[in-house]
Amino acid sequence: MKNGIEIRWHGRGGQGAKTAALLLADVAFKTGQNVQGFPEYGPERMGAPITAYNRISADKIRVHSNIYHPDYVVVVDETLLDSVDVTAGLKKTGAIIVNTAKAKEEIAGRLNGYEGRVFTIDARKISMETLGKNFPNSPMLAATVAVSGVMPREKFITEMRASYEHKFAKKPEVIDGNMKALELAFDHLEKAIKSEKMSLTA
Amino acid sequence: MAIKERMSGNEAVSYAIRQINPDVMPAFPITPSTEIPQIVSTYIANGEIDTEFIPVESEHSAMSATIGAEAAGARSLTATSSAGLALMWEELLLAASNRLPLALALVNRTLSGPININCDHSDGMGARDTGWIQIYAENNQEAYDNFLQAYPIAENPNVHLPIMICQDGFITSHAVENIELLEDETVREFVGEYQPEEYLLNPGKPIAVGPYSVSNYAMEGKKNQEIALENAKQVILDVAEKFRAVSGRGYGLFEEYKTEDAEYIMLMIGSAAGTAKQAVDDLRDQGKKVGVLKLRVFRPFPAKEIAEALRHAKAVAILDRCESYNGNGGPLGGEVSAALFRNKVMIEAVNYIYGLAGRDFTVSDACDIFGELEDMVQNGKEVEQYQYVRLRK
Repeated sequence: MKNGIEIRWHGRGGQGAKTAALLLADVAFKTGQNVQGFPEYGPERMGAPITAYNRISADKIRVHSNIYHPDYVVVVDETLLDSVDVTAGLKKTGAIIVNTAKAKEEIAGRLNGYEGRVFTIDARKISMETLGKNFPNSPMLAATVAVSGVMPREKFITEMRASYEHKFAKKPEVIDGNMKALELAFDHLEKAIKSEKMSLTA
Repeated sequence: MAIKERMSGNEAVSYAIRQINPDVMPAFPITPSTEIPQIVSTYIANGEIDTEFIPVESEHSAMSATIGAEAAGARSLTATSSAGLALMWEELLLAASNRLPLALALVNRTLSGPININCDHSDGMGARDTGWIQIYAENNQEAYDNFLQAYPIAENPNVHLPIMICQDGFITSHAVENIELLEDETVREFVGEYQPEEYLLNPGKPIAVGPYSVSNYAMEGKKNQEIALENAKQVILDVAEKFRAVSGRGYGLFEEYKTEDAEYIMLMIGSAAGTAKQAVDDLRDQGKKVGVLKLRVFRPFPAKEIAEALRHAKAVAILDRCESYNGNGGPLGGEVSAALFRNKVMIEAVNYIYGLAGRDFTVSDACDIFGELEDMVQNGKEVEQYQYVRLRK
């Protein structure tokens, strides 16, 4: 795979990082791309660190190993920063996205000197506001799409609505909340990306 | 019209089962089994197929019930993984020796211990001498395609043997990837209706299944079974040709990737072959003449064909995702070496053990192995003939 991107997700069992990786594969597939979404399994228990991966490419994907030099890393649970080397192998030209209420500068100082772009998002707050519960994976998914640019926002939103309508056919009341979570996360990241670009040109 | 989809390997095989709509599926419904019985039982509950699903209390019973159903004249299958296959062992031999063309969807995972749930081929390789046909897949597409070909191979009158359709645990079984599916109607026409010749529920034509055989006759029975397995080779190729006509996707006993002028060839089974193909492309960009031989059909073992495919190489790396605990290499290592010797193909052959219990295998691992083969042939480097990849020192 020469053209395409590789993403590594870090989360804890039960938080939906695996689901988010599979959803990303799903939505990227619908935009006509070749995809891979897969989890790395350890002992299955709530709260244990888990890793999930995505490859997204215009070419056919043949490699079946884990991802060691990702373009993007997504950290769904900031407490993992203490125990997992989340930036291991992460490309300088890529970015890391961390779910946290803390300031970006504070998080950036805890990333083993990672020199690439750092984005933060308070997915918990967005989820509580839109769903009344802490399901960080929808906002994190939107953040990942916004930062990686794997597909345009409108396309992503349209496909996600279709996915949620299918997935939550028996719980339609959560669809709007999830869609709102995606939009809020996208707004937040677009703003962050814009201000980063401005500070680079300044 | 091909249907473009994305699915995990488990979903892909379940989808194939839905399209085939077999008669009976006994299965042990929880760990160590896979999502396959769960997904198929959902199809049944939704009324999409009318397969009789029998939840049983163990894999020993799952295989026993599958044998019983198949002997009665029903197109039957089961699905399992890892320790589940180990518990079926006694019945696997009965299915083959009674010449019952049933199918088993196997998701290859390691056997204990230490306790571990991840991919290697110990389960399938442990069953290599049970008389089953074994076909392995690189990805979800191949797992799906192979399953569609399972019954036409197994039920062929020259074969009449059970068939195991294998894929790599988690690496393909749980990974969502792109796939092209056939239309239901195309599958039904391709697989056809099951017309058993002799079966238990056949009034007016009684038969016995599994009776005692005295020493004076039992050996001929075993030889006949062996002949059937040999016959399977041609049938597998014939069915693949028919499959190509309906799907556009061709299959052989093995796939040769850029081997034609290759000096160094890596021979392996399963998902790691895709990773090795990437290494081949990277090394070809540097002018190295390397290729991959991905074995699809492990039983019957295409010994002569493999030997011929390797004849003009300088060296082959034989990769086993399974340890034989014999101090002499893995199952593929032993069988490929024997094939080379018998066919007088006297090239260097190094046996590598990789990926046990889910240990990852990367593009750079494959590049290192090709590099070692070249170093051995060109510079006379002493290379251990049986060694481990990525082992913690």
